[in-house]
Amino acid sequence: MSAAARPAAPDLDVASLRREFPILARTQHGRPLAYLDSAATAQKPRAVIDAVTRFYEESYASVHRGVYELSVNATRLYEEAREKLRAFLGARDAREIVFVRNATEAINLVAWSWGRRNVRAGDEVLVTEMEHHANIVPWQMLCEEQGARLRVLPIRDDGTLALEALPALLSARTRLVAVAHVSNVLGTINPVREIVALAHERGVPVLVDGAQAAPRLPVDVAALGCDFYAVSGHKLYGPSGIGALYARAELLEHMPPWQGGGSMIESVSFDKTSYAGIPTRFEAGSPNAEGAVGLAAALDWLSGIGMQRVAQHEAELLDYGTRLLDSIPGVRIYGRAAAKTGVLAFTLRGVHAHDLGTVLDGEGVAVRAGHHCAQPLMERYGVAAMARASLGVYNDREDLDRLAHGVLETIGLFG
Amino acid sequence: MGDLRELYQTTILDHNKQPRNFRVPERANRRAAGHNPLCGDRVTVHLELEDDVVKDVGFQGAGCAISTASASLMTQAVKGRSLAEVGKLFDSFHELVTSDPQRAVDAGRVGKLAVLAGVREYPVRVKCATLAWHTLRAALGGSHEPVKTE
Repeated sequence: MSAAARPAAPDLDVASLRREFPILARTQHGRPLAYLDSAATAQKPRAVIDAVTRFYEESYASVHRGVYELSVNATRLYEEAREKLRAFLGARDAREIVFVRNATEAINLVAWSWGRRNVRAGDEVLVTEMEHHANIVPWQMLCEEQGARLRVLPIRDDGTLALEALPALLSARTRLVAVAHVSNVLGTINPVREIVALAHERGVPVLVDGAQAAPRLPVDVAALGCDFYAVSGHKLYGPSGIGALYARAELLEHMPPWQGGGSMIESVSFDKTSYAGIPTRFEAGSPNAEGAVGLAAALDWLSGIGMQRVAQHEAELLDYGTRLLDSIPGVRIYGRAAAKTGVLAFTLRGVHAHDLGTVLDGEGVAVRAGHHCAQPLMERYGVAAMARASLGVYNDREDLDRLAHGVLETIGLFG
Repeated sequence: MGDLRELYQTTILDHNKQPRNFRVPERANRRAAGHNPLCGDRVTVHLELEDDVVKDVGFQGAGCAISTASASLMTQAVKGRSLAEVGKLFDSFHELVTSDPQRAVDAGRVGKLAVLAGVREYPVRVKCATLAWHTLRAALGGSHEPVKTE
């Protein structure tokens, strides 16, 4: 699975790829849209839009509930989507894939179900300083409820994890390590395999927040060896409101349900309810079938391009964008890891990120400005907010040229 | 850049660069803190209130150009005013920044504050402009709870 072992793939034909995204034809404040916010959410290709529309027009019906052909067909499409996620993430068994709303819900599922059974008073949950709030707050809530303690693996100035501190932080009381595969602010690709090896040596399971990694890198949960992996469909060029939790079957089998309702049962009486097997036990209520179908189309579409090429495209653009921003006086980029995805978080001296974002907006350039749901990380770097330009498959050098132009305009206005 | 000059008027850029009354008045007897979690802006408004008149006012904090300039302009606008006048000004200003962008600005009611009318075109920035004002109102009301825009 190593990147180096593969022959270099031909470059992406970005110009023709862009035409597959109807929204990229629109303008923002009268300027062509330069969409540089894919780390927040990715735009949707025609293939995904059509798949959702087709599902509504031709196949929509209740999933796992009907005896008629239409429902059987809708159920088949829903389960095929699960199988596609299995293959995309490199899981062994489709039963290890639970559909959820997004990565946040996947992490909450683990915290509620696995966490409440396995984390007790005096125990510890270890997160890192670069986590998104989604991989901090559920653990904080769990720790508070159970009387456990949240511990934090620090980062270095360059935005990489201070791995040397990990062995000492893995104590006899550590019950779980929760770490991002890729940071949503710094872009750092964390050495998950190494972390898993260290944790597993001590019998500690590892949850990986893959929300940022899955749309940018080839992911293989079997090779990573992690116990849980969380993804969001909307960042994978799929619909909003659909995501997945990968969990090793051995763990999932022993986890209690976290929401009760239809679908997740085996039999119900007023005396006793017995629950369905995995993964159904964790999918109470009517599922987001159109979301799953749209996500399946997105995964097919991404696989058609090849995740290795997606990663290569982003790496090239990241290099270009980094050099551009570095050439502008007053710009400071946060996150200088050698292994990094297409995220450029930066500040401009003397200008608040929000003002920078507004000037860029007026230029048709869409970036995120704020704390990026990573307030502890902002504090670590001593800034209230950063601007963040993040890349997707449809971005090209012109988008980054316009970003740099907008930054120069901002300097002109505020200088 | 044309539209942006409407938002970032020269007066705003000037007050952002050199905020007026960026200090704690010596005889301040009222204080409130405000926070905009969306962008991390923080402002503290200090007042010297005597016989229902704002004798002196200052602010401290860090924020974007809109919030800094708005706080700075606010201190100039309310200094020496009675509580009733400040209340009226608050309402007029609030109306100014939340009204329909097509509507003409009634500069007579808000004076110099009219330069902030540009935020009407940028709904997410309205809270930047109003943060200091909400904080001022909290300080006048003697509230010790930090003001939040979210």
